[in-house]
Amino acid sequence: MKPAYDEMLDPAGQVRPSYQGFASWLDSTTPEFIARKREEADLAFHRVGITFAVYGEEAGKERLIPFDIVPRIIPAVEWKRVEAGLRQRVKALNAFLHDIYHGQEILKAGRIPAAQVLNNSQYRAEMAGVDVPGQTYAHIAGVDLVRADHGDKSGEYFVLEDNLRTPSGVSYMLEDRKMMMRLFPDLFARMAVAPVEHYPDLLLDNLRSVAPAGVLNPNVVLLTPGQFNSAYFEHAFLAQQMGIELVEGNDLFVRDNTVFMRTTQGPQRVDVIYRRIDDDFLDPLAFRKDSVLGVPGIFSAYRAGRVTLANAIGTGIADDKAMYIHVPEMIRFYCGEEPILSNVPTWELAKPDDRKYVLEHLAELVVKEVHGSGGYGMLVGPTSSKEEIEAFRAKILAAPETYIAQPTLALSTCPTYVDSGVAPRHIDLRPYVLSGKEITMVPGGLTRVALKEGSLVVNSSQGGGTKDTWVLEN
Amino acid sequence: MLSSTADHLYWMARSMERAENTARMLDVTYRMSLLKQTVAEPHHEWRAMLSISGLHEDFEARYDEPSADNVMHFMALDEKNPGSIYNSIFSARENARAIRGAITSEMWEALNHTWLEMRQIHAEGIAEDGVSPFFEWVKERSHLSRGIAHGTLLRDDTFRFLRLGTFLERADNTARILDVKYHILLPSLSDVGGAADYYQWGALLRSVSGFESYRKVYRDLITPTRVAELLILRPDMPRSLTACMNEVNRLVQEINGPRSSELVRRCGLLSGELRYGSIDGIFARGLHEYLSDFLERIYELGDLINTTYFWSTDELPPALFGALPPAALSFNMPSSSQLMA
Repeated sequence: MKPAYDEMLDPAGQVRPSYQGFASWLDSTTPEFIARKREEADLAFHRVGITFAVYGEEAGKERLIPFDIVPRIIPAVEWKRVEAGLRQRVKALNAFLHDIYHGQEILKAGRIPAAQVLNNSQYRAEMAGVDVPGQTYAHIAGVDLVRADHGDKSGEYFVLEDNLRTPSGVSYMLEDRKMMMRLFPDLFARMAVAPVEHYPDLLLDNLRSVAPAGVLNPNVVLLTPGQFNSAYFEHAFLAQQMGIELVEGNDLFVRDNTVFMRTTQGPQRVDVIYRRIDDDFLDPLAFRKDSVLGVPGIFSAYRAGRVTLANAIGTGIADDKAMYIHVPEMIRFYCGEEPILSNVPTWELAKPDDRKYVLEHLAELVVKEVHGSGGYGMLVGPTSSKEEIEAFRAKILAAPETYIAQPTLALSTCPTYVDSGVAPRHIDLRPYVLSGKEITMVPGGLTRVALKEGSLVVNSSQGGGTKDTWVLEN
Repeated sequence: MLSSTADHLYWMARSMERAENTARMLDVTYRMSLLKQTVAEPHHEWRAMLSISGLHEDFEARYDEPSADNVMHFMALDEKNPGSIYNSIFSARENARAIRGAITSEMWEALNHTWLEMRQIHAEGIAEDGVSPFFEWVKERSHLSRGIAHGTLLRDDTFRFLRLGTFLERADNTARILDVKYHILLPSLSDVGGAADYYQWGALLRSVSGFESYRKVYRDLITPTRVAELLILRPDMPRSLTACMNEVNRLVQEINGPRSSELVRRCGLLSGELRYGSIDGIFARGLHEYLSDFLERIYELGDLINTTYFWSTDELPPALFGALPPAALSFNMPSSSQLMA
């Protein structure tokens, strides 16, 4: 296999224009200086306590997400196209969500098979006919992009998945930038890097813009499952940065279809909830009865339009991996445009022809569970052993319709500090797209890097790290 | 402010203050135990130390004799003892972690750092010559968190709930330390004077950072009555019961709120009694009786703070309340009084 697209070096080994400023700076430093700075970063992250909890084996432990000091640099013109593509895509996804919970025009037009939507476990019949402010459902979308050579296209951006439920990671984007500015202030003096620090302001503006009608000064809160959640650090961080209350289910209660929070001064009304709890756990009266994380009665207040939930209930249908293949069609249907960003070609194992092809080519493909997330429950054919592939084959055969498969894209690489020195490692990109009165985003997003040599899995739960992401302003 | 946030702030401050006071008590006991001449019974002062904290049953169940090593390990490092310094710091840090968005990043970082160092000390153990430096370290970390709170926090209810926790806990601890030490040091009230006495009372004063203050205030010999007066009635002595209760009284008035009238009334009453009290009156009633009554009232205030600000059960639908006992949801430590019961 030929080497993957590298963000810094072209195939001839020359530094690309976007990286020239950085490369000449790096040449002017000593290895000792870099080593010292890397150590400093490690210490600082530990002291600040930027950690995440790990599920499974080491449950309860906190781990640091490795941070790499070589930034991922995106030229201005490249970002402009990506941003336009993201706007288009998120706009279409929101239109789709409104449509399937109302007139279902796209299904009537036969553009997407109705059964795939209506029989999907992620489709929330309870949301049918419910009007949400501004017809916005996915207020915060984390769209995962990867870059790869594909066919005759070099370094093409592909959408890997649309995260429309409770996408996380934005705190690492902000902390990574803070860390880089602290470690290498001179670098930022040399290069025009677009700022990202105003993300919390954009987010708060966005949340306030979708308050229930008639609320002049909305009270916005962030609802977290609590401190044992793997993303708890981020919940606390964002609440603090926005200056809003971080609440857990038992801080809230519903009376007369209105949500209140329990304060030392008595009950106070809540208008907008940025919730980081999955639909299922939100309201024990409406969804899972055994949930102790949610707020009884909140769904009824929501249906009555007395409180806004961000993201809306029922967005999971649009970022479902089975629905992913239809997003280009949604863009055509709702926006009347051709998609700017490409989808990764995808086989659906529910279809006999696709299934046959996939089962014959498991060693070359990536196979994912339709409802899985976080890099759990997936097979990366080329890096798996024969036994692993056979074990996975058995899982697929037991329930083929719950899987999709994609070609193994050679994700682009970026130079990264590893034990043996600096080496190319695969990366992806998650920009955060905010939808309310308008669509806004900060340039760039979170770059995740697979630290194991050859690994294509960038998830933090699977040993991935992060990098600062620079969109150049010129 | 969210009730649960206030709850965490309050317990964060109480836990850190408790860690500091436990270090102070251990320190004075350690110093007193080096002055063997007054003590007939072996381990006398260490037994007293355990009864201060109301933890003797737990101790006896797991250790054989109340030797200096055993008690210090139990009170400083034992992870099974909810009142140990180790667990107090853990609780302060966990409460801070739950509300790290509500406090300044400096505060969180300092507490987190304290916990990371505590874990290190716990893993390495404390050598004989490391005992005093360890107590110094605990006090310094506690001073540091209070100082950072003072230097960085907005003067809103966040600050007030922290202070409320600090002063209620401190009042509790000063009363305990005085009660127990007084009875060890003073078999009968007439037994006053002598060199040993001087050192013992000096150690007690030092444990509450009151030695220099005593000198400045009284410019005279150290007498038990004056020590009691300093630690109970002097409003300018920062660890005295009066100073702590004045602060608590001011704080509950400032925090106020729709349900706080009974709390404000009781705090006013207690602080008024202290302000207009006399040391002769206290001794006439009996110091031990007086202090026991004070501790009981502090405990009741803690309860009342709970129902006034934190868990307003009247708003909870009964079903939910049954399913979610508040204790299971936060990192609160049981108060010393609960441990005694």
